[in-house]
Amino acid sequence: MIPRPFDYHRPADLPEALRLLGQYGDEARLLAGGHSLLPMMKLRFAAPAHLIDMGLLAELRGISEAGTELRIGAMTTEHDLIASALLQQKCPLLVEGARQISDPQVRYRGTIGGDISHADPGNDHPALMLALDASFVLAGPQGERVMPADGYFVGTFQTLLEPGEILREIRIPVPAPGTGYCYAKLKRKTGDYATAAAAVMLRMQAGTVAMVRIAMTNVAPTAFRAAAAEQHLQGKALDDAAINEAARLVMDQCEPGDDLRGDEAYKRAMAGEMVRRALHTALSRAA
Amino acid sequence: MGAKVMVSFTLNGTQADVVVEPRELLIHTLREKCQHTGPHIGCETSHCGACTVDMDGMSVKSCTILTVQAQGSQVKTVEGLAAGGELHALQEAFMQEHALQCGFCTPGMLMRAWRLLQENPDPSEEEIRYWMAGNLCRCTGYQNIVKAVQYAARKLRGEAVETSHPLLEPTAQ
Repeated sequence: MIPRPFDYHRPADLPEALRLLGQYGDEARLLAGGHSLLPMMKLRFAAPAHLIDMGLLAELRGISEAGTELRIGAMTTEHDLIASALLQQKCPLLVEGARQISDPQVRYRGTIGGDISHADPGNDHPALMLALDASFVLAGPQGERVMPADGYFVGTFQTLLEPGEILREIRIPVPAPGTGYCYAKLKRKTGDYATAAAAVMLRMQAGTVAMVRIAMTNVAPTAFRAAAAEQHLQGKALDDAAINEAARLVMDQCEPGDDLRGDEAYKRAMAGEMVRRALHTALSRAA
Repeated sequence: MGAKVMVSFTLNGTQADVVVEPRELLIHTLREKCQHTGPHIGCETSHCGACTVDMDGMSVKSCTILTVQAQGSQVKTVEGLAAGGELHALQEAFMQEHALQCGFCTPGMLMRAWRLLQENPDPSEEEIRYWMAGNLCRCTGYQNIVKAVQYAARKLRGEAVETSHPLLEPTAQ
């Protein structure tokens, strides 16, 4: 319950945050919503000497549409995502996903950028980002770079974010009207991380799959995109045989660990079942 | 490391100035420095919501907020719910609908329900259960908490309220 002592910094803007991060290096952690970091600090799994609170950085908050992209500030909370009329209309997968993350109080504080940067395989946004073809704007001392979500998650708690960098913004191509979507999440109870979950985006054309994205949560050391299953479905009618084969291909790609949510075999089977359900639901929503 | 700092925030309408280590959690400041012991601690993994208070228009679990993060904030606890000695509709509702037993989750439940009814004055049963899911209760089984939130919602909307658990049969006049 009691974290180790640390020094607290509350920069007023992004340049000051970057400067502090550069100054304190490995000793510092960024504090966003604080709903992964503080719990780890309270259990002393993490004991940073410096916390850099991003809470005043209004420039890192907000949801807007810019040309063909949706742009979401990294400090935008889950609550903001759910309440966003723009996302409800243009990117309902993200709203459906956010509604399944944790609980109301946590969603008032927890941010999309923190969820992504934490890169816990149990977090839901990594798979949602993969399914949405998102990219991430990383601000560093030398300027900014934009990295695609695909390939960004390299291990448990590991991303391509370099020391000294701050995830500033998430960019999502506006899904074409009529795109089917679903986030199917199996969990033991409200607020739990997934036993297995599947994020799907789907466009149909003349009865066959014109575009499909399938990404998985908590059935491997990282969220992953199920490329083999996507390729299998491309150009096919989405009948039960195709869906079952896609689920089988996803299950082949899973590397779940055993824990209190179940053993490896159960999680693999549930990953397949979540893929089946997500594809069926996405198909019913595709126009 | 960890030198103490002064933090000022508004607590139930009154200025609070506290001197804390940066690592101090808001729940501890509220309970130990401000003597507001209504908010409780039921876990150390941010699940139970017994520590829920309202902060700048959000229900927050004050066990997962640093007091230094509350600088300049408006904080409301269960102690600030009744006005002029009169119970808030939610407090009356929890009493009338038997929505508490041990009372340990109740301050957090009340503060969460208070924010919920600001955002959604007429929630369905399903909405109440979904939007109260960050608060655990060991005693009630939740049923009467749902009824209490519905009772309070009706009262706050200016509608007639009637308890679903009358303590006494109405006596014939």
